[in-house]
Amino acid sequence: MLESGHNTQNARQLLVMMERIRAFEEHAILAAERDRLVLGAIHPSIGQEACAAGVMAHLNRTDILLSTHRGHGHTLAKGADPLAMMRELLGRTGGCCGGKGGSMHIADFGVGMLGANGVVGANITIAAGAAHGIKILGQDHIVVDIFGDGAANRGPFLEGINWASVFELPILFVCEDNQYSATTRTGSVTGGPGVAARAEALGLRATQVDGNDAEAVARVSGEIIARLRGGGGPEFLHAVTYRHTGHTSFDPATYRPEGEAVKEIAASDPIARQRAALLAMGLGQDVLDGIHTAAQAEMERVLKDAAATPFPPDEAAFADVQDIGSPMQEAY
Amino acid sequence: MVMMTYIEAARLAVQQAMAADETVWCVGEDLGRGGVFGQYLGLQVEFGKDRIVDTPISEAAIMGAAFGAAMVGTRPIVEMRFSDFALCATDELVNQIAKARFMFGGQSRAPMVIRKPVGLWRSSAAQHSQSLESWYAHIPGLVVLCPSTPQDNYSMMKAAIACDDPVVYLEHKNIWGLEGEVDTSLEVEIGAASRRRKGEDVTIVSWSNTANLAVEAAETLAGQGIGAEVIDLRALWPWDKQMVLASVRKTGRLVVAHEAVRVGGFGAEVVATVAEHAGDALKGPVRRLGAPRSLVAYAPNLEDKMRVTADMIVTAAKETLMGAAGK
Ligand SMILES: Cc1ncc(C[n+]2csc(CCOP(=O)(O)OP(=O)(O)O)c2C)c(N)n1
Ligand SMILES: [Mg+2]
Repeated sequence: MLESGHNTQNARQLLVMMERIRAFEEHAILAAERDRLVLGAIHPSIGQEACAAGVMAHLNRTDILLSTHRGHGHTLAKGADPLAMMRELLGRTGGCCGGKGGSMHIADFGVGMLGANGVVGANITIAAGAAHGIKILGQDHIVVDIFGDGAANRGPFLEGINWASVFELPILFVCEDNQYSATTRTGSVTGGPGVAARAEALGLRATQVDGNDAEAVARVSGEIIARLRGGGGPEFLHAVTYRHTGHTSFDPATYRPEGEAVKEIAASDPIARQRAALLAMGLGQDVLDGIHTAAQAEMERVLKDAAATPFPPDEAAFADVQDIGSPMQEAY
Repeated sequence: MVMMTYIEAARLAVQQAMAADETVWCVGEDLGRGGVFGQYLGLQVEFGKDRIVDTPISEAAIMGAAFGAAMVGTRPIVEMRFSDFALCATDELVNQIAKARFMFGGQSRAPMVIRKPVGLWRSSAAQHSQSLESWYAHIPGLVVLCPSTPQDNYSMMKAAIACDDPVVYLEHKNIWGLEGEVDTSLEVEIGAASRRRKGEDVTIVSWSNTANLAVEAAETLAGQGIGAEVIDLRALWPWDKQMVLASVRKTGRLVVAHEAVRVGGFGAEVVATVAEHAGDALKGPVRRLGAPRSLVAYAPNLEDKMRVTADMIVTAAKETLMGAAGK
């Protein structure tokens, strides 16, 4: 958790987390494309790390997070072990889901991360329900649900946010808006004045933030989360960012207008911006380089260790389906 | 033993479970006023609005939110009003609830009872009459229950609430008022069928309200000197293969009857299992009764075209005995 108020230490922590997320995903992409060790699709969040680092900085382990198919960054920032995550991406034993979920279903209940989701928008109602459960049980932690801009065009957006509104649940919905729904520009298929206005129409207080500015995300989400902890109702945060890679690691993203990615990345890369901010605060270039090198070294080791881990035992194909009528007893 | 109706039996089970465990709660539309059929009458007064929760008409959110609340440690009873509307929450049930425990490598549980009233209910037409139990039996991760008597609706509801797996609980809306003796000390093991009647000549396998018609048919057959054994499966997943196979080995004759559409119905699974594991014991053709693959109409004469009746079960049983070729 960040200390309250602004200081260089907090700014540095944000950079460390963003560098770790990026290094994790760069190595995940290497594992997919160079090593052919990640067999399924992965959806990198490279370029979107500010949201993960800035929001998660305010959560405790007991707070709850739900995320999307593009959820590595959120999960790591919530406190998951990168080795267990990488093993999951490689489908190995010791993966956070035992190798049975993969990238799109990554979850670590031990740190309050109740799952990414392979179905766009599906976690919105589930997250509202987690907050509902917390309220019924009289507990005092909060829920954060992060989803993409594309999810705002699915039904659960209406049903889940309305639910949180009418039951006054302790939840922050974050729309991490990378401006694309897979290969389609979300604006071209979305009516009305935008996602924050939709949330406001359902009774939520909605805040807009520059989703490439980790400092701003941390500041704004800190204020919102403090209100939630103080018993305030559900809120909505709209953070606009940009996806540096294609939709999946294998997508060359040729549907983007010429020059768009180059221009956006040059102007808005959250890691470059955070480095510049730290330099301006007086941190030395050597310190910044050290943070980068340490993150890269950590994730290189993680990938190496994950690749050396065996696949799960065959029986795992039948485990954890159900207690009654389990395929462990009879699968056919 | 107390006389009560099918609807009262389940209500009593829910009331007792809620009184015993504060984490049990009910969520759905119009529950505060008792639910559309009165399944929850009086419960909001007893347990308050936070545990008998009136929701917006948001089936996906009812199912999804209940699931989220289950993952953090509550035990929701989800009311879908009519099984037909539960289709608005199919992703939540099939992609989320049924799969989470497995996908997350055993980190989560979804101890939920998902109530979906099914079946023909006079002149309710095509969107309020369906029996889709075979869909749910097809989904790994779900337990599927179809109680047909007040006793079972009491004992099976209790077992379902106590179960840590998600349970799809299909009550038949035409028998809410069906009366019967209920012994509240009787426990039912999920997956154990009930032999509603013993017989030596023909095995009739059924579930839900059709099992009641099968008992009626067996009484008629008895009057004609034919001993029909009626097996009420009660649970479609897991289902009691052992009881069915043992019975068919004894009688050598099999009729399967259900209200759902015959094509792709769960009856096909029963017949295929018998063919694989007790095919050598069959002494006559198997008969499988279900609705024609058409739609339920509003007009009563048209609706009746979709019905499996006790008379049809009687005829089918006799056909297995005569060895007549199936139509
Ligand atoms: C219900 C559903 N429809 C379609 C898909 C296929 N799909 C996966 S990700 C994606 C784009 C989602 O866009 P957005 O919500 O903005 O998230 P982003 O990928 O940009 O992070 C699509 C269409 C899906 N997974 N689920
Ligand atoms: Mg997007």
